[in-house]
Amino acid sequence: MHSGGIWGFILRRTLLGLLVLAIVSILVFAATQALPGDPARAILGRSATPQSLAALRAKLNLGQPVLQQYWNWVTGLLHGDLGNSLANQEPVSTYLRPLLINSAFLVFLSGIISIPLAIAIGVWGAVRRDKAFDVGSSLITMLLAAVPEFVVGIILVVLFATVVVQWLPAVTQVPPGGRPWDDMTGMVLPTATLVIAVTPYVARIMRASMIEVLESDYVEMARLKGLQENTVILRHALPNALGPTFQVIALNLAYLAGGVIIVEYVFNYPGIGGALVGGVTNRDLPVVQALAMLVAAFYVALNLMADIATILVTPRMRTTL
Amino acid sequence: MSVVSDVAITPEPESVRSTRRSGSVLRDALSLWRTRIGLVLMIALVLVASFGPFFAPYSPADFAGPPFTAPNSAAHLGTDYLGQDVLSRFLWGGREILVMAALATAFGLVFGTIIGMLAAYSRNWLDEVLMRAMDVILAFPQIMLALVAIATVGPKAWLIVLAVGLTTLPRVARVTRGAAQPIVERDFVAAAEALGVPRIRILGRELLPNIMSPLMVEMSLRLTYSIGLIAGLAFLGFATSSNGANWGTMINQNRIAVQAQPWGVIMPVLAIALLTVGTGLVGDGISRAAAGIDRGRSTG
Amino acid sequence: MTDDRSAPDVPSIVVAGLRIELTGSGRDVVDDVSFTINPGQVMGLVGESGSGKTTVGLALLGHARRGVEIVAGSVRIDDVDVLALSEEQRRPLRGRVVSYVPQDPAAALNPALRIGTQLREVLEAHDFGANDGDRRDRVAEMMREVALPDDPGYLRRYPHELSGGQQQRVGLAMAFACRPRLIVLDEPTTGLDVTTQAHVLNTVRDLAGAHKVAALYVSHDLAVVSTLAERVAVMYAGRLVEVGESSELFANAAHPYTRRLVGAIPRLAGSRELIGIPGRAPSPGSRPRGCAFESRCAFVEDACRLELPPLRALDEGHMVRCLRAEEVRAHPMPFAGEAMAVSMPHGESVLSVQQMSAGYRGVTVLHDINLDLAPSECLALVGESGSGKTTLARSIAGLHAERSGRIVLHGEELVELARHRSRESRRRLQYIFQNPYGSLNPRRTINQIVRQPLEVFGIGGSEANARVDEMLERVSLTAAYASRYPDQLSGGERQRVAIARALVSRPDVLICDEVTSALDVSVQAAIVELLGELQKSLDLAMLFVTHNLPLVRSIAQRVAVMSAGRIVELGAVDSVLLQPSDDYTRRLLADTPSLEAVQS
Repeated sequence: MHSGGIWGFILRRTLLGLLVLAIVSILVFAATQALPGDPARAILGRSATPQSLAALRAKLNLGQPVLQQYWNWVTGLLHGDLGNSLANQEPVSTYLRPLLINSAFLVFLSGIISIPLAIAIGVWGAVRRDKAFDVGSSLITMLLAAVPEFVVGIILVVLFATVVVQWLPAVTQVPPGGRPWDDMTGMVLPTATLVIAVTPYVARIMRASMIEVLESDYVEMARLKGLQENTVILRHALPNALGPTFQVIALNLAYLAGGVIIVEYVFNYPGIGGALVGGVTNRDLPVVQALAMLVAAFYVALNLMADIATILVTPRMRTTL
Repeated sequence: MSVVSDVAITPEPESVRSTRRSGSVLRDALSLWRTRIGLVLMIALVLVASFGPFFAPYSPADFAGPPFTAPNSAAHLGTDYLGQDVLSRFLWGGREILVMAALATAFGLVFGTIIGMLAAYSRNWLDEVLMRAMDVILAFPQIMLALVAIATVGPKAWLIVLAVGLTTLPRVARVTRGAAQPIVERDFVAAAEALGVPRIRILGRELLPNIMSPLMVEMSLRLTYSIGLIAGLAFLGFATSSNGANWGTMINQNRIAVQAQPWGVIMPVLAIALLTVGTGLVGDGISRAAAGIDRGRSTG
Repeated sequence: MTDDRSAPDVPSIVVAGLRIELTGSGRDVVDDVSFTINPGQVMGLVGESGSGKTTVGLALLGHARRGVEIVAGSVRIDDVDVLALSEEQRRPLRGRVVSYVPQDPAAALNPALRIGTQLREVLEAHDFGANDGDRRDRVAEMMREVALPDDPGYLRRYPHELSGGQQQRVGLAMAFACRPRLIVLDEPTTGLDVTTQAHVLNTVRDLAGAHKVAALYVSHDLAVVSTLAERVAVMYAGRLVEVGESSELFANAAHPYTRRLVGAIPRLAGSRELIGIPGRAPSPGSRPRGCAFESRCAFVEDACRLELPPLRALDEGHMVRCLRAEEVRAHPMPFAGEAMAVSMPHGESVLSVQQMSAGYRGVTVLHDINLDLAPSECLALVGESGSGKTTLARSIAGLHAERSGRIVLHGEELVELARHRSRESRRRLQYIFQNPYGSLNPRRTINQIVRQPLEVFGIGGSEANARVDEMLERVSLTAAYASRYPDQLSGGERQRVAIARALVSRPDVLICDEVTSALDVSVQAAIVELLGELQKSLDLAMLFVTHNLPLVRSIAQRVAVMSAGRIVELGAVDSVLLQPSDDYTRRLLADTPSLEAVQS
């Protein structure tokens, strides 16, 4: 049943991921277009005129059988054709591309800060367990992890942009054709919000993994062999903490992708989060469908990479595959 | 003087370690300061949310003065973007969030626990199938699934509860399965199987009582996130009514003038922050109490 | 076993006044422990769970686990007091002057590092050898010393690619690498099968003697200790109660506890009776003012309870902590009785296994098993790990689905899974598990646990309660236990509850799966005593699964020896153990450590 070594494992996992994506696509499609009743009427509301209803139905190809619609949509996705936005008539892909880049930049910037920060806080807390830093950081991370991201964002806005002081802009102002990184002051609060929202949660998981390693029998044995404490931590503890670390990094990025949606809305950041919220408000189905698939694909890819990385780093799993 | 005796001397009923049960996990948790503070915060805000409307000077949609006026005798916390009384809307604004969050959490918890236990106990194809199904739901961030659902049907209360509950479910299932797997391997479960005890009873009476501690922690965690999620959806404009009194909606509606009239934003922000901190502290307290007990309980 | 090694008489290891407490509470875990070891000598440190022996072992390296701290005493290795040094000064001593071999080799080896790396780093940490080449040579030499391959390919393996015995030998190699003065071995053969255990013990003895290394062998297994150690120290409730030559202790000990302990060891010849010690050792903080053994001692008198007896010299090299040691020694040892007569079973078989094979995920682990169990008979099923004995037991009990062949109980054929069997057949066949800490639901009271079979079989209410109380009394637990929870009970008590649960519905056949393997020797003896008595009084047929060959004599009439999924020998206990006809049985007997050699 389990054969083929590492490549076999990777292949199986990839296929599983694709299966999940396929099912997700069916569900997304079903939820948006294949519901019983008339999607066109649902979109336009009760006061829609017969002409506008007919026009929308034609645009969405609702006359065709459901399976045909689904097939068209999926093949379109795979070719990069995401349909046309109902709100502004332009191809979804053209509409989303600059927004995607902006969001990717925000996620990237936040990730560069939060990932090392989370790992450092988690590891240091575990190594200096129950001492001042650990007790303090455990409490703070717990409190910050509980508060919702948009509340964190608004608090930052209140503190630094409006009520208390006005050092930073409350919204990101990007002139048409420009890029958010042209004015980095506008990036500070959104990035800070994301970092504060995601880092604590991930740091706690890192700490727990590290403690498990540090309490293990083999680390105790390494100390009893008379090894220097540095050697114990670097050579014995760390390699066994790598596997969990990759899981943690994947988790971090996944949370960032989720948090981006609401944080962009707080700061009016021109990214996919804003597009999604707008799409939902306006019932712009092609946009919503495309973004749903995009995010799902991102999640599945992240999980896959984390799993593969963990296997590669754990000798026992490597050799028994 | 007696010779070597081989009559069984009644064993001294000495406590190896004291009684620890899930009831006592809660008791231990309550002895921690953090749990107490958390509980106080939670209860305070639940009271405000539940009974606030009885003390509100105005109805949520009543006109109390020009928009964004500062606190005065007519409106003690000033008015909001439509001239409605901030204090009254604040007192009205927690119910919806709380009720929906509680329902969604309960939904996710109950079904997530069932699925998690089933998956852990079956250890075969059923486990695989259930966990792959969970993977499908987990392919999204929680908020995304709710947004996709709202895009289709609109921000109906039942839909939001269902969406949030549905995304809570697989996360609970994973935790439950993880906690149940070591229990399923233990001999007392096999002993019940050897007696021919029906599977449902094994799940309910052998398995479930032994995973109560992690479940209680998970419950507070999920409640915390559900509150954040539902308030967040309201903030994005997806509450059940566009001008209903809702803490999340208020933040969004009033933030444009936060510099001039901050109370319309600060009050709901404080409420949500303190409520989630409260549930978080309670969950952390339970988690510590359970961990402390598990550390004390050795397997010989 | 004679002491033919010329060990110098000056001790290299001197432990004095060791006291270890629970951190911050003042309650002692270990107190007033003093002993010496000569170079090349192996000293056994014997005690049951909770005696503090592992804590003493770790203290010799100046190490204390989380929750305990060393508060007093000295550990002198060649005149250097390990406990007086700072942590930074101690570190270079660990691994070089004093090293440790842990109980679980699989857990103690880092799963992410190759064994070559883990061996080499001991040398590197202590600057052994002038260069890398020297160290490489030394690692190869270390491997040869423990009879493992010394080629670089083998050294590149990860720990999980080695068997349990090989892992433990790597642990030994690491311990002897820098030629330390003292090695502390903490039950290093637990979990290894008898043959591997014999090899490991031989290796330890040879290496210690060859390099004049002093060794402390910590163990609860007296039989193993007796084959290896010249001197033995016995611990009870955190204190030494007797120290002396092992031959003398096992033949005629002076402390009542040691005597009872020796009497509880199963033996391959002589008396079959195992006599347990009723009661339980006091835990830290509950230790009485006087002698800790007083509540369980048959020689106790008032003076014993007033204050703690001192550890005094009885003879040259023989110390005892007992006021009445001289009288105690004059008594005959508990086991010096006649071999009991054993009646052979007769009658039609109550349980019959016919041509049964079983597998695990497609791999066959049992091949064509045939056996019959007569009413009121006890049949022992003996084998090492991997022999298939547990699979056989579980298949009979209805816990293993992947099997073929027939199992017939009272004429009724049993299907694979218990849940599909008839109620009556489930009632008549009951099963007791090995692990007393896992076989009782921690969230239920003893009453609820013991009455569960009755509820399944349709008896409830006050009649069920009455039967539960009756059963609890029968297993020497009072009815007061009914309202307690498992974590308030000791291992032996829990196993009694498991027995009560199994017998409360009055079965005809009882399967005991290694029910004493997780228990201390004295507790094991009491449980075996109990099972033997219950079997006779309740007319039970019993299938007793164990890996402990000598134990078989104390409970069974017939024995089936299993190896690699087959029954290789089946017959009356005496004939199989005294005149084995199968090579495997012969080898098993030869490798089993026993006290007889020591006492001769």
